[in-house]
Amino acid sequence: MGRRSLGRFLRPVLMRLTQALLVALIVGALGFALMAALPGDQAFRLAAARYGPDMGDAAAAALVRQELGLDRPWAVQFLDWVGRLMRLDLGHSLVTGEPVLEELTMQLGYTLALAGVALPLSALLGLPLGLLAGLRPGGPMDRITLGLSVLLRAIPAYALGLFLVTVFSIHLGWLPPAGFEGWREFVLPALTLALGLAALSARVARDSVAVVAASPFMAFARWKGLPERAVVLRHGLRNAAIPVVALLGLQLIGLVEGLIIVESLFSWPGIGHALVHAIFARDVPVVQGTALALGLIFVLVNAFVDLACALADPRRARAAT
Amino acid sequence: MRALAPGRRLGLLLIVALLGFGLLGPWLAGADPAHQILADSLAPPGTDYWLGADHLGRSMLARLAHATRLSLLLAAVTVASAAIPGTLLGILAAWRGGWVEGGLVLAADAVLALPGLLLVLLLAAFAPGEFLPLYLGLALAGWVEYFRVARAMASGLLARPHVEAARLLGFGPGYVLWRLLLPGLLPTLGVLAAFGMGSAVLAISTLSFIGLGIHPPTAELGSMTTELLPYAYEAPLMVLMPAALVFMAVLGCHLLAGQARG
Repeated sequence: MGRRSLGRFLRPVLMRLTQALLVALIVGALGFALMAALPGDQAFRLAAARYGPDMGDAAAAALVRQELGLDRPWAVQFLDWVGRLMRLDLGHSLVTGEPVLEELTMQLGYTLALAGVALPLSALLGLPLGLLAGLRPGGPMDRITLGLSVLLRAIPAYALGLFLVTVFSIHLGWLPPAGFEGWREFVLPALTLALGLAALSARVARDSVAVVAASPFMAFARWKGLPERAVVLRHGLRNAAIPVVALLGLQLIGLVEGLIIVESLFSWPGIGHALVHAIFARDVPVVQGTALALGLIFVLVNAFVDLACALADPRRARAAT
Repeated sequence: MRALAPGRRLGLLLIVALLGFGLLGPWLAGADPAHQILADSLAPPGTDYWLGADHLGRSMLARLAHATRLSLLLAAVTVASAAIPGTLLGILAAWRGGWVEGGLVLAADAVLALPGLLLVLLLAAFAPGEFLPLYLGLALAGWVEYFRVARAMASGLLARPHVEAARLLGFGPGYVLWRLLLPGLLPTLGVLAAFGMGSAVLAISTLSFIGLGIHPPTAELGSMTTELLPYAYEAPLMVLMPAALVFMAVLGCHLLAGQARG
């Protein structure tokens, strides 16, 4: 490995590290401002949330205030928060008193499991359709997938989920509408997420396949006598994969957004659901922790996309160094 | 006006129809969207209520019309608030270069570091159920797209001979901006804005469905679905109606943006 090929991987990694730092700073600052913007005396609210509405008296509030250091100047509290964030100490939930990191690791498992099922499922649904459509641009398959994709992308994710629950749980009774124990519980949330993502990836795959199929180098590969198999596999697929992989990054914004929506809809005990709940409960450390985790998932997955791009297309990496 | 492709014309038609429904609907319904007649709870569509009445006996027609108007207006205001500063800042960055461009690009990258919905959610958390944080969040997350496109296109246009000639001849920045740059940018930005309008309608209704957007009793398409969900067995059609309107609005915007061209 020469210097050049090392730089090819180092530069995107550095860029993503900067992004991760930005995520931490933005989420931290917003979370802190969120805490400061809460109406009323926070100590009373938290005492009531923690000990029940009847026990939320002045003594309990004073206890909470002292325990959480809520009486210090806001600048000190902010520096304190940033310092703890850098040590990955995310604090305790203001409602349950549990360490945020502990709750997060449990939720992270559920979120990653859901994403891990939904992403391959979306690839399975979207990519073959896109491939078929791209091989004959303007043909019936192309028109059908275009129509499906346009319709699907206009349906709000929550409505799609509700529709799937109505059909498969309520009318047909095949699948449970909620829960998270076995594989049957995975199907509807993962399908809701995957359909939305597939609507986009099918079009991306279709466009890149169409461009590659019409390109001169494909014709040349045939002229020089390569067997059709080698033409498609060696020259076709790899070139068609480049924009698909690059646009995966775009799709992954949709993944994180979709996770928040789908988890809330299906009461899936993942990070997105926890974030929405924490916002309702004004549980700021949990809001910060979950938002940070979702932001970092986004960065991490983007880093993988960068890496895949560099592997699929050496030209791009060379141009970047 | 140039002839629009059939797909785009259909999109325009959908938007105009929904706007008409939103603006004329309240007058057609002749009812207050908040007026409850509990005896008419879940009344089916008929002569009294053209689209039925919800669980609190409120006219669905009036509520749907108000909600449609709210969604479209809020989305339009949001898109305008993202597109106009975004475009102008993009042109400024391309024009001035140097630290102005560097700073703006940094700000854009900071916004892009987070998925848009996460940013909107965090800002909406400041005051769930109110317009202002929702609007600010959507505008803040949205301007970056216009900024990037405007900056890229403007730096291309500024290097073109006719623009350079105009600047050398002493035409002022106003002339160059209005006569030479904006006309070149508008078609692309229009597509972005139509698409952004669809995304805004989706985001507003989704956040309201989760409970972090606009709260009841204000009629909003997403929160209406949430409100009616417990009555899905008795009145499945009523749960469907608000979601169908969101679908039509987003479809209209996407078609107008030319998505159906492939």
